Amino acid sequence: MSIKHADEYRDAEIARRLVTTIRKTSHRPVQLMEVCGTHTVSIFRHGIRDVLPPTIKLLSGPGCPVCVTAQQEIDAFIAYARQEDTIVATFGDLLRVPGTHSSLQMEKAEGRDIRVVYSAFDAVKLAAGNPDQRVVFLGVGFETTAPTIAASILAARDMDLDNFLVLSAHKTVPNALEALMADDAVAIDGFLLPGHVSVILGLAAYRPFFERHKVPAVVAGFEPADILEAVRRLVVQVESGAPQLDNAYPRAVSETGNAKAREVLDQVFEPVEAQWRGIGVIPASGLAIREALGRFDAARRMPIEVPAVREPAGCGCGDILTGAKSPPECKLYRKACTPENPVGPCMVSSEGTCAAYYRYHG
Amino acid sequence: MCLAIPSKIIEINDNMGTIDVAGVQREASMLLLEDPQVGDWVIVHAGFAIQKVDEAAAQESLRYLREAAQLLVDDEDPDAAATG
Ligand code: SF4
Repeated sequence: MSIKHADEYRDAEIARRLVTTIRKTSHRPVQLMEVCGTHTVSIFRHGIRDVLPPTIKLLSGPGCPVCVTAQQEIDAFIAYARQEDTIVATFGDLLRVPGTHSSLQMEKAEGRDIRVVYSAFDAVKLAAGNPDQRVVFLGVGFETTAPTIAASILAARDMDLDNFLVLSAHKTVPNALEALMADDAVAIDGFLLPGHVSVILGLAAYRPFFERHKVPAVVAGFEPADILEAVRRLVVQVESGAPQLDNAYPRAVSETGNAKAREVLDQVFEPVEAQWRGIGVIPASGLAIREALGRFDAARRMPIEVPAVREPAGCGCGDILTGAKSPPECKLYRKACTPENPVGPCMVSSEGTCAAYYRYHG
Repeated sequence: MCLAIPSKIIEINDNMGTIDVAGVQREASMLLLEDPQVGDWVIVHAGFAIQKVDEAAAQESLRYLREAAQLLVDDEDPDAAATG
């Protein structure tokens, strides 16, 4: 049985035709940025950068949730793992991210109770099954992931669990786009907007940003034809001087997004400023658990202060995340820093730009 | 972290669904979906179904892409002959 609407969008003939159209259409040099780790991986895996004409440069932005997590937040995760009677539950890609002096993986090797879960709901079940321990779930991710964690908090409330806590380090995308536009180091002529963040948010969430900056912005799906079609639309907009906010992934993304998911999100979280690796503090780009649900908030129930820290010496991950540098421009790339021995998160996460570059370009 | 290919709902019990993704069956929560039905194609992220795939929109954009490709075949051929 075919996988609905994935095979079709992998059709090599359609992709080839799209590349031809893009080649014919593109005359002005442009820098287009994708802001989604799954796009980054798909672009590298399918060799999309290599088939585009030299006028088009694709930049990878801050689209990998683990990568944009601040060093101080990683250190905080480790500090929670060291608490008594505490199980830390996390998605697997955080394990190997180096903190200042340790990593969750190293803590696990030293006997701390750290469990990898596939879903935040698995962490709720873990709490139900371990009433004598606290389960702290590490909340990392964008608007695609945050509603799943919000729904898990509501489920824990309905189950009247007192030992399920979330440490929220979520980040949200629209205000990060503002920060990227304000960064003078990189000129961005168009954005490939993230597919599944937009599934939740809908096109409407980007409208204030678009009205302010009038920069071409197109939501893209994940198959080669999806990405190429979005690039084609961006190029048409640049060439015609008529920027638009456009949706090239209408089978999943609507104007208003998933209303139910946004409702759950709003019920549980409120916007707060957040620290992004490589970018710094961005107003209203993080999510804190609302006071009414404070009993599920690890930051309130078990406050732990960790010092502000420097990012790993020599690691250019911050510049990679804003598109200012590409991985080979980092002195450590392929030398001190490899997927087996990562120095920064951009090499740890499979969605990190350094890891994707290493895997598909060598 | 995103699983881009759609899964099919094959069973729903309360708010938990069994989904089939490329022949592999998994559990996924339906808590974030309005009115999930057996047979729906959905996008699943971190153990939750987050959206139904809009069938009409999918067909429409495929038709559009195919047409765009076809248009190019028509105006590309003489070009191809001229340049060998
Ligand atoms: S190659 Fe390694 S050290 Fe260099 S920027 Fe990437 S993650 Fe950091």
